[in-house]
Amino acid sequence: MTAYVIRRTIQIALTLVLFVTVVFFMLQAQPGDITVQYALNPDIPPEARESIQERFGLGKPVWEQWALYMKNIVTGDLGVSFGQYPRPVMDILLERLPRTLMLFMTAAVISFYLGFVMGKILAWRRGGITEYVSTIGGVALYTVFTPWFALLIIWLFAVQLDLFPVGKFIDVRLWRTQSVAANTIFKGMLISAASLSAFLFVAYALATKLKSAWKGVIFRGVAVGSLGMMALAWSLSGVGHLALDIIEHMVLPVMVLTLISFAGTMLLTRSSMLESIREDYIMAARAKGLPESVIRDKHAARNALLPVVTSLVFSLAFAIDGGVITESIFSWPGIGLTLLQSVTEEDIPLAVGALVITGIFALVAHLVADVLYAYLDPRIRYQ
Amino acid sequence: MTDASPTAEGTVYPGLWQARVGLLFKGLRQNWVLFTANKIGLVGLAIIIFFGLMVIAYPFLEQTVWDERGFHPGYGAAFEVYDPVTGYDIPPEGKAHPLGPSWRHPLGTDERGRDILSQLMFSAKNEFLLGLTAAVITAAVATLAGAIAAYYGGVVDTLLMRLADLIVLFPLISFLILMSALFPLGLLELALFVGLFVGFGATAIILKSQALAVKVKPYIEAARVAGGGHLHIILSHFVPNLLPLAFLYMMFTVTTAIFSEAVLSYFGLLPDVTMSWGVMINTTKQTGYTLQFIEKWWLIFPASVSITLLCSAFYLVGRGLDEVVNPRLRRR
Repeated sequence: MTAYVIRRTIQIALTLVLFVTVVFFMLQAQPGDITVQYALNPDIPPEARESIQERFGLGKPVWEQWALYMKNIVTGDLGVSFGQYPRPVMDILLERLPRTLMLFMTAAVISFYLGFVMGKILAWRRGGITEYVSTIGGVALYTVFTPWFALLIIWLFAVQLDLFPVGKFIDVRLWRTQSVAANTIFKGMLISAASLSAFLFVAYALATKLKSAWKGVIFRGVAVGSLGMMALAWSLSGVGHLALDIIEHMVLPVMVLTLISFAGTMLLTRSSMLESIREDYIMAARAKGLPESVIRDKHAARNALLPVVTSLVFSLAFAIDGGVITESIFSWPGIGLTLLQSVTEEDIPLAVGALVITGIFALVAHLVADVLYAYLDPRIRYQ
Repeated sequence: MTDASPTAEGTVYPGLWQARVGLLFKGLRQNWVLFTANKIGLVGLAIIIFFGLMVIAYPFLEQTVWDERGFHPGYGAAFEVYDPVTGYDIPPEGKAHPLGPSWRHPLGTDERGRDILSQLMFSAKNEFLLGLTAAVITAAVATLAGAIAAYYGGVVDTLLMRLADLIVLFPLISFLILMSALFPLGLLELALFVGLFVGFGATAIILKSQALAVKVKPYIEAARVAGGGHLHIILSHFVPNLLPLAFLYMMFTVTTAIFSEAVLSYFGLLPDVTMSWGVMINTTKQTGYTLQFIEKWWLIFPASVSITLLCSAFYLVGRGLDEVVNPRLRRR
């Protein structure tokens, strides 16, 4: 297992080098190269221009520039933004990254769970009107024009029903009098969510080892209990209402992201289940007289899970794109919105930085999915 | 496999080319039977035909009903009333654009006084051209890359597949958004970028695994023994075997291309594209009618629904074709 993870990590690192190289040559191929972009921009004072030229090694041979660029990216130096001039790009991106992570992780977990459960049920009730409706509905959600769908959700839930705020990620009126920064709360929420899921994961692993017939009930009890504890801790911390404000702003974007990406998982789980249902061990399970729900959840779905997790890796890019669009529509100030804004303002360093961060994010997520896959499939682990 | 046509079984063809054409038609007929067995593919095909009719009908309508010139009072010049980009129609007394649906403008007009239906029908052609160009590029690139990677192996294989891995992981829309800042993107450039991106990415991986199965077939060895060159073997033995699968993935590329164009146009990142479904929604956004879903539905729904429908249609046809190309899925 460790050897596998190390091997995958090295591969991902190599892909990262390839990625930075591609970005570098893309910038080189751009008409009117980056030298001119920096030199002609009136926002940049001459002394800063010289230091930038120094740092980029402009005028040196291409491979030296490439080495310098690589070094800069590895050390986290992505240049200085044109639009918000003296601020380093890395600074801006680090401020926005937690917001994107929060949105993306929540939507990813919910949509995977929802897609898997629905796909499982669909495959079990094969044929008839349900199948057509859900397949057509799934495809429609999968290929829907995302900006329009997001606007539709805003119109329905924020304008007509007035349940949730229209956009942005905090309510300014509420935060004006507060002394805490929004990002502090945000990071706190991220850490809480991460530690809670880690705890639940360990608890689940332990619960499956139990011999007791009550293990399902025990695990659920622990889950609900820890969730309650977490909620209690937040409400006692004095910033609970601020966290609640952020959550309120998160609901709609998460809903959009979930709805556009769960259909892919659902359709795939369904076809994967249809294959595993035909296996001999299902017939054996039936012959033993096991209840249908046990055959479905423990025998068929467990084995159908593997291809779904594999495809999760491939659908990551799709989900990130969905995130960029959703962030822009909801004015959620994360990496996606930054990318779009910097492109419209022709703030090239910030745009490239946002894309580099997106790429690194995709690669890291890929690594996580790989490790998860190795955990699920013993055949991979012992290769 | 279900019902092969009985007539073709015992037919004696007079010559080689007749035999080839005969077999081609027989194959097509069998595939059609398989394709129609699944209603999902037919739904997609029907939607594509619907939009195809729009493309065909537009030039005729432009020459007949929509061939009207009007006078723009503000500019003091004559205007094509129904021109999708520069058109203008004088609103009736006491009313202002955007106008709701009427006999004169079946889907109403936008804020700038242009007819929505003519915009919608005019754009359909470009969407098809964009999608098909991107799809052809994808098929060509992916077939060659897959065949070359499988045939030569070694360094070539590693390079192509690592590149494919990187591309598969990479979000296309984000990449195109940055590209639009670095290069002036038109429809053709967009088709090129999408085609290359998908062709060197996921499709290349899938076609390579198919090519690996072809590589071990006896006829490849026979061709080599008979003295066939590398190029000959790749072009006349690998490529024909990969084409059906490439055709399937072309459908998904069309979806990707149309979707990307719509999103980029919606954000106003393609200044060279003067009219498309995405541009129509962008106009709606710029003039501030985005959230008036009921009051000004004709500014939002026709374009958005068209994008969604055409994207799903190609996706559905792709899934239908999957059952033809992929024998594992046929009869469960």
